Amino acid sequence: MTELSAHLPQFQHGQLTENFPDNHLSNTNDNSERRRHDNSERRRNDNPESETNEQPQNNIQQVVEQDEEEDEELTLKYGAKHVIMLFVPVTLCMVVVVATIKSVSFYTRKDGQLIYTPFTEETETVGQRALNSILNAAIMISVIIVMTILLVVLYKYRCYKVIHGWLIISSLLLLFFFSFIYLGEVFKTYNVAMDYITVALMIWNFGVVGMICIHWKGPLRLQQAYLIMISALMALVFIKYLPEWTAWLILAVISVYDLVAVLCPKGPLRMLVETAQERNETLFPALIYSSTMIWLVNMAEEDPEAQKGRSKASKNSTYDKQAPANQTQNEDAEADDGGFSQEWQQQRDNRIGPIESTPESRAAVQGLPSNSQTSEDPEERGVKLGLGDFIFYSVLVGKASATASGDWNTTLACFVAILIGLCLTLLLLAIFKKALPALPISITFGLVFYFATDNLVQPFMDQLAFHQFYI
Amino acid sequence: AFFWLVSLLLSSLIWFIAVKASDPQDEPLQKGLLIFGVMFSVLLQEAFRFLYYKLLRKAIEGLVALSEDGCSPISIQQMAYVAGVGFGLMSGAFSMINLLADAIGPGTVGIHGDSQLYFLTSAFMTMVLIFLHTFWGILFFHGCEHRRWWEITAVVVMHLAVSGSTFCNPLYVGSLVPSYLLMATAAVWAYLLSGGSAQNLRRFLLCKS
Repeated sequence: MTELSAHLPQFQHGQLTENFPDNHLSNTNDNSERRRHDNSERRRNDNPESETNEQPQNNIQQVVEQDEEEDEELTLKYGAKHVIMLFVPVTLCMVVVVATIKSVSFYTRKDGQLIYTPFTEETETVGQRALNSILNAAIMISVIIVMTILLVVLYKYRCYKVIHGWLIISSLLLLFFFSFIYLGEVFKTYNVAMDYITVALMIWNFGVVGMICIHWKGPLRLQQAYLIMISALMALVFIKYLPEWTAWLILAVISVYDLVAVLCPKGPLRMLVETAQERNETLFPALIYSSTMIWLVNMAEEDPEAQKGRSKASKNSTYDKQAPANQTQNEDAEADDGGFSQEWQQQRDNRIGPIESTPESRAAVQGLPSNSQTSEDPEERGVKLGLGDFIFYSVLVGKASATASGDWNTTLACFVAILIGLCLTLLLLAIFKKALPALPISITFGLVFYFATDNLVQPFMDQLAFHQFYI
Repeated sequence: AFFWLVSLLLSSLIWFIAVKASDPQDEPLQKGLLIFGVMFSVLLQEAFRFLYYKLLRKAIEGLVALSEDGCSPISIQQMAYVAGVGFGLMSGAFSMINLLADAIGPGTVGIHGDSQLYFLTSAFMTMVLIFLHTFWGILFFHGCEHRRWWEITAVVVMHLAVSGSTFCNPLYVGSLVPSYLLMATAAVWAYLLSGGSAQNLRRFLLCKS
C-alpha cells in the first residue's frame, strides 16, 4: 500500500491505537466529592483482523491479509511519529509541574493531608513511619480500586448519565476551583496585585472554555492544552497533599495495580475496554488525551441513523480544504467521514474497485459494524494516553524536583527515565496491539532512577563539580 | 541520553561503594578515589556507547527488513550523530544544570579563594565536552561499522585524555586548551569521515551550488 503511505503518512491502515483510562474516579480533597484519577492503557484494535471482522467474505479476507502485512511496516514506520506525539504533551505537563513546584512554594508546603491518607508521617520512629505510609498507601489503593469497580459497574449497566455527571462535576472542580487556587498562589508568589473581578472573569472564561473543549467540541490543540493543564493541576494537588513515603509507595503500588487491572482477564480496566469494544463506543473523552482526532461525545444515545446521514453528507465537504498531509485534522467535528480523506478513498477505490462508499460497505472493508463509524474511526489516526498517566508521571517528576537533594540532576534523570519507559511501552504496543498499561514501565524506571540518582549519583556529581573534574 | 545516564549510574554506584568502604577523612585518598571514579566512568561510558551501537545495528536491520525498498529510513551515520548528541547533551546537562540553578541565586564566585572564573570555565568545558561527545559518536560508530579498532581506541584514549586534563583544574590552561585542540581534531576527523572535504566546505562557505 505504497500509495496509502505516501498520501497519509500518519494513517496506520486498520490500526487502532487506543489508550483507555483506568476510569477510576476518586475524590480529591477534603471538601470536595470528586476527583478524577485515571490510569491508562492502550489498546490496539486491528480492524482488518478477523477478531473484529464480523463479515468474512472472500474479497475482504484478501484485503485483510494484505493489510496485515503492511500493518507491520506502517506500524514501525509511523510508530516513531506517535512516540513524538506523546512525548510533547508528557514533557509539557512535566515542565509545568516542575516550574510550578520550583517557583510557587505553596505546593511544597505541608498543609495537612487528605482524608484518604489519614496516618501522619511525622512519627518518632522509622518503623512507625513506614507502617503509617504502608497503611496510607493501602487505603488510597483500595479507594482507587473501589472507584474503578464502581465505574466499570456503572458502565456495564449503561448508567451513562451518572458517569457523565460524575465526570462533569470533577472537571468543573478541576477547572474552576483548583485553577483558582493555582492562580491565587502564583499571584502571591510574584506579588501581583489583583482584584476579584478580574480574577472572576479570567477563571470563568478559562473554566467555561475548558468545559466546552473537553466535553464537547473544540480545536484539538486547545483540548490537548486543557487536558495537559488539568493533569498538571491534579498532579500538583497530589504532590502537595501526599506525604513523602506514602507518595512513593502509592506510585509503586499503582503501577502494579495498573498492570494487573489491564492485563488480567478479570481486571476491571480490561472489562471496561472489552465492554467498550463490544458496544463499539468511545470511552469518555474527558479522561483520555488524544493526539490527533477530537472526540465526540457519542455514546449509546446517539442515533445510528443520524450518524450515517451526517457522515455521508459531510464526507465530501470536510476534507477539501485540508492538506493531505495534515496530521491533525482537528477543526472538524464533522470528521464523520470516518477519518478518511478524499485521497485515501480514491486510492482505496482504485485498489479494490469502486465500491459505493456506504457505511455498510465501509464497515465491511474495515470489519466494523456500521453504527460505529463515527465513533471508532477517529481513533485510527493517533495515539491515546489516559490522563492518569500524565498525572502520575508528573507526580513522580514533581516529587523528584521538590524533595530531591540532587535537585535538577534527579529531576532530569527521572524525566529521561519516564520518557524512555513511554517509548518502550509504545514499542510493546506496536508489537502486541492491544490495550496496555502505560504506567508500570515508566514508573519503575522513574523510581529506580530517582532513588539511584538521589543517593548515588548526587554525591558523585557534587564531588566532581567541586573539583571541577569532568567525566 | 538514557544509555549515558545508565552508565553514569553504574559508575557512581562503583564510586559510592568505594567511598563508603574507605576512610572519609583521608583527603588524598578521597581525591584518588574520585580520580579512579572518573576514569572508570569514562570507560563505562564508552562501553555503553558500544552497547548502544549494537542496539542501533539491530534496529537498523529490523527497519531494513521491513521497509519496502530495502533501505532503512535513517542511516547509521545519522544514528551515530544522534547518539553522540544524546550523550553529549545528557553529559552537559548533568554537568551544568545545578551550576546554572545556583548561578541564578545570589552569591559571589570564588569568595573562599577559589577561582573566580568558575562559571565561565565550567561553561566552556561543558560546551567542549558536548561537541566532543557528538564527534566521538560519529567516529566511534564509523569505527565499529568498518571494523577499525584503532578508531575506537582513539576515541577512548581521547576521552580519557580530556577527562584527565580536567584534573589540572583550576589550572585552566591545562584543561581547556588541550580539550579544544582535541575537539578541533575530532571535528575535522568526523567531518572527513562523514564525507566532507575541503572542496565541500569551500563550496558551502561561498554559497556555490
